[in-house]
Amino acid sequence: MRVTDLLVVGAGPAGLGAAIEAARLGAKVLLVDENLKAGGQLYKQIHKFFGSGAHYAGTRGFQIADILLGQAEELGVETWLDTRALGLLDDGTVAVLRKGKVEPVKAGKIILATGAKENALAFPGWTLPGVMTAGAAQTFSNVHGTLAGKRILMVGSGNVGLIVSYQLMQAGAEICALVEAAPQITGYLVHAGKIQRAGVPVYTGHTVVEARGTGEVEEAVIAQVDERFQPIPGTERALAVDTILLAVGLNPRTELAAMFRCQTTYEGALGGILPVHDGWMRSTNPDIYVCGDLAGVEEANTALEEGRLAGVHAACALGYHGEQAQEKMNALRESLRSLRGGAHALRRLSGKERVIEKGESAYV
Amino acid sequence: MYLSGREHPIVDYPERKQVRFTFDGTQLMGLEGQPIAAALVDNGIRAFRHTHKTGQPRGLFCGIGQCSDCVVVVNGTPNVRSCVTPLEEGMVIETQHGLGKVGVRCE
Repeated sequence: MRVTDLLVVGAGPAGLGAAIEAARLGAKVLLVDENLKAGGQLYKQIHKFFGSGAHYAGTRGFQIADILLGQAEELGVETWLDTRALGLLDDGTVAVLRKGKVEPVKAGKIILATGAKENALAFPGWTLPGVMTAGAAQTFSNVHGTLAGKRILMVGSGNVGLIVSYQLMQAGAEICALVEAAPQITGYLVHAGKIQRAGVPVYTGHTVVEARGTGEVEEAVIAQVDERFQPIPGTERALAVDTILLAVGLNPRTELAAMFRCQTTYEGALGGILPVHDGWMRSTNPDIYVCGDLAGVEEANTALEEGRLAGVHAACALGYHGEQAQEKMNALRESLRSLRGGAHALRRLSGKERVIEKGESAYV
Repeated sequence: MYLSGREHPIVDYPERKQVRFTFDGTQLMGLEGQPIAAALVDNGIRAFRHTHKTGQPRGLFCGIGQCSDCVVVVNGTPNVRSCVTPLEEGMVIETQHGLGKVGVRCE
């Protein structure tokens, strides 16, 4: 049995932010992650981040990961990699699987930062090898140096679809086309411009209707859609591609939160079902915090700030007050407001406000 | 298709040692520590397993160990997620047919 003040599950930006801030206030932190390396999905983000200097603008994702890992190490955060949190045991301890053995961890507070998973899209042939998530191709190219496809159809024009298209072109792949079911591009136009200037055809009001091939993808069929997103017969067109990448959103990984009896709610703009939480990132279980994509799919900077907020609040709740803790929490909430300040974030912002309202009512 | 040594505008790929492994009995070369799935893709292999009921091929899907679509048999152990398992010298890798045999050694 391992006893600690704070257990953080997930070492992406949210979990690292939480661990760093709680450790800074003096809490004993154990950070666990199922992967062989900490940093979550930051290592595949080779583009520069937007925003202000306070939010690492101009710094690439993998560089931000290096900075955060350095800070966590400096602050004495104990990190167990290749370690999976399996669930809650009857006595309130968390079962973690480490090096093939289950070890119970007893923690005063638990912060869940389990992230999100990419959505799939079902169409005839979608199970063929060569159909995969955009994130898979991004990870393989940017992290492992392997191109998962040479001639690619990208499905979805959100920022993931646009950025991954550009990054795969940087690595030498050809993006034969990008289809988007909505009538307009849904990601940032600055990202869209990069691939359009390079000659990638972007078909809005189109979707993929079939993947064809013997044993693997050899052809993709796309078609125009009507205003109810239904393919219009007669508009089908075949493209010779070996790979179809799905960039059709993500959804929170809520399994652990649900096991920990955290109440959940549905917010489409935040990825679907997610744990209800208050303005301090507390779930409806007062010992469990949620943050990052688990608490609503947004982006890495938001995840980091939510993690920091959860970390400070959890440390305070454990008795590690520190002088400026309250000031810091207020500043983090202000920072989150500014990250959600743009017109592009309106739906996410109102979704988040509804979630927090539900969360606050649990603590009245 | 490994990009090491190629010009990438942003990423510096680490130098990695070449190792030998077999896939369904065929001798192949890969890079030590790269995911098994990457080594297979580099060798032009995209179907990693065949499904239990209908024998359809499956390959890389999520790439980060979440979906289990890419499992293979490694040194006799089935259900190894090839996208998050590092390649080692001498690995015996096989296409997984179905769910993996009951009673097969698991480490």
